[in-house]
Amino acid sequence: MSEHSLEIRDLHARVADGEAILNGVNLVVPRGEVHALMGPNGSGKSTLAKVMAGDPQYEITGGDVLIDGESILALEPDERARAGLYLAFQYPVEVPGVSIANFLRLALNARREEGDEIGVMEFYARLQRAVKALDWDESIIERNLHEGFSGGEKKRSEILQLLVLEPSYAILDETDSGLDVDALKVVAKGVNAARGPEFGALVITHYQRLLNYIVPDKVHVMAAGRIVKEGSKELAMELDTRGYDWVRVEAGLNPVGDDEHAPRVGA
Amino acid sequence: MADMPQDAHPDAAKLAGLAHTEQYAYYMPENYAFRSEKGLTRRVVEQISYQKNEPEWMLKFRLRALEIAEKKGRPKWGPDLSHLNFDDIYFYIRPQEEKGTNSWDDVPAEVRETYRKLGIPEAEQRMLAGVGAQYESEMVYHNLKEEWEKQGVIFLDSDTGLQQYPELFKEHFATVVPPEDNYFAAVNSAVWSGGSFVYVPAGVEIDVPLQAYFLINAQSMGQFERTLIIAEPGSRFHYIEGCTAPTYNSDSFHSGVIEIIVKERANVRYSTIQNWSHNVYNLVTQRAIVQRHGSMGWLDGNLGSKVTMKYPSTYLMGEHAHGEVLSIAFATDGQHQDAGAKVIHAAPYTTSSVVSKSISKGTGRSSYRGLVQIHEGATNARSNVECDALLLDDQAKTDTYPYIEINEKTAHVGHEATVSKLNDEQIFYLQSRGLPADAAMALIVRGFLDPVAKELPLEYAVELNRLIELEMEGSVG
Ligand SMILES: Nc1ncnc2c1ncn2[C@@H]1O[C@H](COP(=O)(O)OP(=O)(O)OP(=O)(O)O)[C@@H](O)[C@H]1O
Ligand SMILES: [Mg+2]
Repeated sequence: MSEHSLEIRDLHARVADGEAILNGVNLVVPRGEVHALMGPNGSGKSTLAKVMAGDPQYEITGGDVLIDGESILALEPDERARAGLYLAFQYPVEVPGVSIANFLRLALNARREEGDEIGVMEFYARLQRAVKALDWDESIIERNLHEGFSGGEKKRSEILQLLVLEPSYAILDETDSGLDVDALKVVAKGVNAARGPEFGALVITHYQRLLNYIVPDKVHVMAAGRIVKEGSKELAMELDTRGYDWVRVEAGLNPVGDDEHAPRVGA
Repeated sequence: MADMPQDAHPDAAKLAGLAHTEQYAYYMPENYAFRSEKGLTRRVVEQISYQKNEPEWMLKFRLRALEIAEKKGRPKWGPDLSHLNFDDIYFYIRPQEEKGTNSWDDVPAEVRETYRKLGIPEAEQRMLAGVGAQYESEMVYHNLKEEWEKQGVIFLDSDTGLQQYPELFKEHFATVVPPEDNYFAAVNSAVWSGGSFVYVPAGVEIDVPLQAYFLINAQSMGQFERTLIIAEPGSRFHYIEGCTAPTYNSDSFHSGVIEIIVKERANVRYSTIQNWSHNVYNLVTQRAIVQRHGSMGWLDGNLGSKVTMKYPSTYLMGEHAHGEVLSIAFATDGQHQDAGAKVIHAAPYTTSSVVSKSISKGTGRSSYRGLVQIHEGATNARSNVECDALLLDDQAKTDTYPYIEINEKTAHVGHEATVSKLNDEQIFYLQSRGLPADAAMALIVRGFLDPVAKELPLEYAVELNRLIELEMEGSVG
């Protein structure tokens, strides 16, 4: 199975020289599947996503992350990207003066050998396809990366990039939050367009709503920096109505929602 | 010494070594036809004038300028110039004319190597090396030149300009920047050589930029170039100083003077992107006088050098005259870029805008030094200044010296300054899309400069990007 999957093995991480945030995460997303990752605020979902992408502000204190059986922890963030990993950020940054078109062309060419750069027409066609898939106006490609973008536009841009870069594995960190219903459908359409036997995704979300459009093969629940429960898509519905307290209790954690670092009951 | 063997230059080993140690080790063999003695003396000034076979008035002008320089002494403000020793400098070198060089293979290997290190596109390399006949742009240029000449446009190197158009030259020369203006202008006036002479008659509009690199020959490349541009009423054109053109001069002192006269309703743009070797003191005076409804735009890019002091200035002398400055400075280790702009509003309804973008890296320091002056009676003048500084690491420094003098109640003057640091989150974001860290940083820097770079013709914007990438090399630990 590890041959064709994104695998997280007993991953421990902390803010560099700070407190531990991930306390032994285990999770496998096989290629061809889409999994959901849910969990209360502050449980470590974004940290997990960024640690996997190689964010230097975190330090890994144990465990491993593997793409198709190969550890990626020794790789730079850009090398991980070129190995097929993609992260749609919860809070995409702005990069003034850098147009989406120019940036994506550079990003694509970074994946290719020198001298084998993508042809301008081929690139343009690919970009146009992605823009269309997201019901977006073509002028967006000339705009600077997220400069002056609305929250929803930023999220849409993260999916646009995903469609152009065609990664093997994508982590979408709350790409649905801040989207109106129409935008949500469009984003879901984009993700579903990427879906296929060669593509795996981990979709981080708080809302069952998104999972109506992107139906997950499996749902993982994170609390206090660990996966505490796994289930089918019905689990997401259950969480939607019942909240997280029962899951936490099941996992031996305090049923307090607002302090994820509370000591375990009885510990 | 004048004739060097082409493949066994005595300094070849040194050159090869430099390639590894110093990225900007530009190198030029000492091929010269005449060289003055070291130092700045009356005798040297006389030699220069004699060598150039100049009219008497020019020799007198040079000697007067020398006296002024001696009286004035160096400025007591701004960057540290204490290591700049005139006694070690040749103030005039006339390079060997590379007559008859019309094959690229005839160009000395070390010259080609220097160009290669600079990364100048081969086409432009050939041009710089004087291998004009084989360069198709040369043909294009010749056609353009014929067309311009029919319209009465003069586009020559300044020495030739003085010889061929003595009256016109004398009438305008040193009227914008007299030797009394500042110490370095006085030094330039005493020893000037090369530069461009441009005259565009009334009403003539030129769509293709006048590019200085077409003029490059033994005469026009100088440390003390003197450019004189005259825009007659209603004319319109863009003059561009070749990006990397002056850099193969390895001497340690460059002090040019650029004078531009923008007459009524004329519209002139002057763009220059310079990349000096890291041992050069680059002290330049650029100034334009703008008459009624005239418009002057400066685009000034400063890379390389040890110290640069450069403040393109615009004197708005007639009603509704407009001035614009876009300035880029990039200071890396050991460099001080002291750049900015000066705008004098001396008439009603004059407008100006200054945008300055500076980048500092390592021990580099960039300063914005600007002056906006609104004279009494310059009613309803408007000026807006924006300076943005980007620091690439914790060590790098930047500072701003914005001087604003308003003597007119109806004036509107805006000033805005920002300082930002290269943002780790942005780098991580771009890296997460597959760009290596150095490419990510270079992209952020290019984005920062984009508002200025997009005003450049494409080939220059491309060249600017390439220079920035060179400067960024080694930024990743
Ligand atoms: N760089 C950091 N410095 C300090 N604390 C951090 C840092 N990154 C994450 N944390 C802390 O780690 C915990 C987990 O944060 P994280 O952003 O991963 O949560 P999350 O599950 O994504 O929450 P949300 O659902 O609100 O997005 C939080 O308590 C957060 O404050
Ligand atoms: Mg989060």
